[in-house]
Amino acid sequence: MKTFRMGGIHPKENKFSAGKQIQVAELPKQVVIPLSHYIGTPSEAVVKKGDVVKVGQLIGKANGLISANVHSSVSGKVNKIDVQLDATGYKRSAVYIDVDGDEWLETIDRSTEIKRECNLSKEEIIRKIQDAGIVGLGGATFPTHVKLSPPPGKKANILIINAVECESYLTCDHQLMLEKGEEILVGTTILMKALEVNRAVIGIENNKKDAIVHLQQLAKNFKGIKVEALKVRYPQGGEKQLIDAIIRRQVPSGRIPIEVGAVVQNVGTTYAVYEAVQKNKPMIERVMTISGKTAPNPGNYLVRLGTYLASVVDQAGGIPEGTGKIVGGGPMMGRSLMNLNVPMAKGSSGVVFIRKEESVRKPVKNCIRCAKCVTVCPMGLEPFLLMSQSERNMWDEMEDNCTMDCIECGSCSYTCPSNRPLLDYIRFGKTTVGGIIRNRATKK
Amino acid sequence: MNLIVIALLTLGIIGAVSAIILYFVAKKFHVYEDPRIDQVEAALPAANCGGCGFPGCRGFANACVKADTLDGLFCPVGGNDTMKNVAGILGKNAVAVAPTVAVVRCGGTCDHRPRMNEYDGVKHCFIAHNLYSGETGCSWGCLGLGDCEVSCEFDAIKVNQVTKLPEVDEDKCTSCGACVKACPKLLIELRKKGPKSRRIYVNCRNEDKGHISRKSCDVSCISCLKCEKVCPYEAITITNNLAFIHDDKCKLCRKCVDICPTNAIVELNFPPRKVKEESMNTKEEQLVG
Amino acid sequence: MDKLIISPAPHIHGGDSVSKDMTGVIIALVPALLVGLYFFGLGALVVTLTAVASCVLFEYLIQKFMLKGSNTVMDGSAALTGLLLALNLPSNIPVWMVVIGSLVAIGIGKMSFGGLGNNPFNPALIGRVFLLISFPVEMTTWPRPVPFSAAYLDAETAPTTLAMIKDHFGEIPSTLDLFIGNMGGSLGEISAVAILIGLVYLLVKKIITWHIPVSILATVFVFTGILNLANPELYASPVVHLFSGGLMLGAVFMATDYVTSPMNPRGMLVYGVGIGIITVVIRAFGAYPEGVSFAILIMNAFTPLINTYIKPKRFGEKVKI
Repeated sequence: MKTFRMGGIHPKENKFSAGKQIQVAELPKQVVIPLSHYIGTPSEAVVKKGDVVKVGQLIGKANGLISANVHSSVSGKVNKIDVQLDATGYKRSAVYIDVDGDEWLETIDRSTEIKRECNLSKEEIIRKIQDAGIVGLGGATFPTHVKLSPPPGKKANILIINAVECESYLTCDHQLMLEKGEEILVGTTILMKALEVNRAVIGIENNKKDAIVHLQQLAKNFKGIKVEALKVRYPQGGEKQLIDAIIRRQVPSGRIPIEVGAVVQNVGTTYAVYEAVQKNKPMIERVMTISGKTAPNPGNYLVRLGTYLASVVDQAGGIPEGTGKIVGGGPMMGRSLMNLNVPMAKGSSGVVFIRKEESVRKPVKNCIRCAKCVTVCPMGLEPFLLMSQSERNMWDEMEDNCTMDCIECGSCSYTCPSNRPLLDYIRFGKTTVGGIIRNRATKK
Repeated sequence: MNLIVIALLTLGIIGAVSAIILYFVAKKFHVYEDPRIDQVEAALPAANCGGCGFPGCRGFANACVKADTLDGLFCPVGGNDTMKNVAGILGKNAVAVAPTVAVVRCGGTCDHRPRMNEYDGVKHCFIAHNLYSGETGCSWGCLGLGDCEVSCEFDAIKVNQVTKLPEVDEDKCTSCGACVKACPKLLIELRKKGPKSRRIYVNCRNEDKGHISRKSCDVSCISCLKCEKVCPYEAITITNNLAFIHDDKCKLCRKCVDICPTNAIVELNFPPRKVKEESMNTKEEQLVG
Repeated sequence: MDKLIISPAPHIHGGDSVSKDMTGVIIALVPALLVGLYFFGLGALVVTLTAVASCVLFEYLIQKFMLKGSNTVMDGSAALTGLLLALNLPSNIPVWMVVIGSLVAIGIGKMSFGGLGNNPFNPALIGRVFLLISFPVEMTTWPRPVPFSAAYLDAETAPTTLAMIKDHFGEIPSTLDLFIGNMGGSLGEISAVAILIGLVYLLVKKIITWHIPVSILATVFVFTGILNLANPELYASPVVHLFSGGLMLGAVFMATDYVTSPMNPRGMLVYGVGIGIITVVIRAFGAYPEGVSFAILIMNAFTPLINTYIKPKRFGEKVKI
């Protein structure tokens, strides 16, 4: 069975919500739709206070190259456009909408019937994806239309669908594949058309056997799509790792996947592409997992963007007793949340409750130079060295030791027997070195 | 006997040849260096803190010698005396600069600014700052993890473990500016030390609107504009919902301190007030009410 | 509800810890220890207990009264050092020498550099080599293996295989005896099979990687093989070399010490090959019949250099030829 060739760990899977039907979350009373994204420039609001909006109506226009449109996920009245604390406690601008009924734009096809035919041209497909404000749903929320337009001179020859879901606890992609398998395959063909490739591989980790079998059955009717079972290993969902696992080619340092002829799209994104192109439905909702060892009711929920996480969590049984930490996303790469009064954004793949005793870090000890961090690093770096250089502010040396290649997967911190905060320091170094490199570039 | 002579001779010849080679090499690769650089360096405090903007004291000495005038060149550690010495050596004029001191502009002690979360990462302000806004509701205030303390070469700034705020030791602070660069929240400013170390400054960096900042901290600037109006010298400006006192205009009249409803403007090292006891009391009552 | 905790990712930990790793190595040493106890009886027991107890005690005392940091004695590394030291000693060595060896191992070899993680040389080997140089007679007379022997200081002595090879006398034991461990030698080094069981345990538990032991053993095998082919009269066969002396114990347990070995696979291979070559050079051409300890200590000194100049294979790196 294939997997990537360097490093990697296997954390406890803890997929408590696997196989739980996707439940449609209740419509909230108010939504707060963030205009800024995790990556790129914030969008510009095109509605104002008092405007009445419908589901799917454009409320924020993309601003700049790496930016995406934002649509209203509910119908109602714009209460205000104001700042909102995001998960990190910093303020981001957002549109507050008071919900009134559930009236959708007429152009959106709300039937569940699967529409297989797509006669649009490459440009029309990309246009539609851009208009629908689709971003990568794996977490980085990189605008999909940018990924679909390779830089001049570069040509993709394979499309890889990332259905790995290597993070513990999360099951939203898994469940989506079980319930919307055919739609995902149609979405894949649309993406293949947009990229003008005739080969696509859907990579799924082997702990989702039912999804693999299901998609393999369905894929027989689709030309050029192959479903590949992968060995369970974190961080296989990393773009470079997945490409290595599937086509055995490593993207060189500092380059993008198109360099080796591959484009990777998340499986959730693929479904969103299907909905946008075939059903005219912009990005207004997504599936998220609510889970945790003590979670009363772990499950997968279809949630409108901008819903407060607190209201979704309440529907899933509330915050369990003895929770020390709430993580937005998976436990390896997610962010710990300050509270649940944050709206859910396009990149929110889940909420995981971590028990108090597991959330406190153990005391840091001396590095015993066991080299486990080097062994598990999927990028072939030396985390112990980068950490000590970061502690001593040795930025040039850090750059020489390829800090910028770090994908921040956290395998080093996870595995360290001395509980050293390797990734904390490496991330610090990466931020600083990144700044130095940008400064140098602008000076030139 | 013979052996000793041979040994002496060989060693002597090796020595002589090496000396000749060294002599010519030294001549060939000799670099002329202005002797005044050494003199200036000797006059400098040798702290090598980089507060002047040059790499170490020698770098600064080099710059002083090369520069036409000493404008813009200042050793914050040595102060005006040192600069006078340097000017004397070089035969240039040193402009006296008012001594400055580092000031931490955050008053959010544990009493004033309740903690809402608990941070359990590396005790490093920059890392915490990149991760999230801080343990309290105020995203502008001090994180209390001590990057400034680590950066200080002179042991002059220390985080008080009770208030979780850094405190500057005025006698030790040389205003080299290391902590200013270290603070990710940009809280530390170099301000004029003032006569008898008397200073007035806005002890807050919160640029949120008044009602938001007030919610997270009792002593935040709420941009009520009262200080701007009361100031007779136009020393106070309010930008981005935050008051700032320009130390070159401020005459230390303390009117703003009295009028500030949240005690965000603080005075340092003034003698205790005598006359206005009553008015102070009423103000406090108003605050309580 | 209590305050929520905020910390940077990752939010879970694998549960690995220093004491777990150290305990793992100690467990892996149990077969070798059992063979030692079987063949050397009382003496082996006394030496092992003394070494472990004195190492732990010295670490505790030094940590408490000199370094004054949080006490690290419970992480098991001192006990491991003691055990390794004991396994490297002949079982008829007087107790006071064992205590001195422990003091040197812990005091000079480890704690003087600041404790676990900072020592450049393997502490157990520092102790052993100190004893070897200070008390050459006691350190080079090994008792004859007698099952369940009750003899200690008065045990009947026997030469090691390597000494026989060096000085060209006696009959070299059969390969089976070499493999099982029925020969003279230090307490824990005699049985190749017991050490190999330990190696398998270490590899399965992912405490070490295969690079160091395999590269050392392969280098010694190849190098002695060449010598043996060139002159079978003078140089023993590679199989004898592999299974005799401290090579197995050194390659599996001493050279793989976390702190003093290189930190990436490429470096580990260089380190292993270096140890193999130096070992054979000392065994074949040096004054001592055995050279593993010295070889490991010499390569320990090169470890920082190896770490600096030999980098792991980066992701996406093109192999330069």
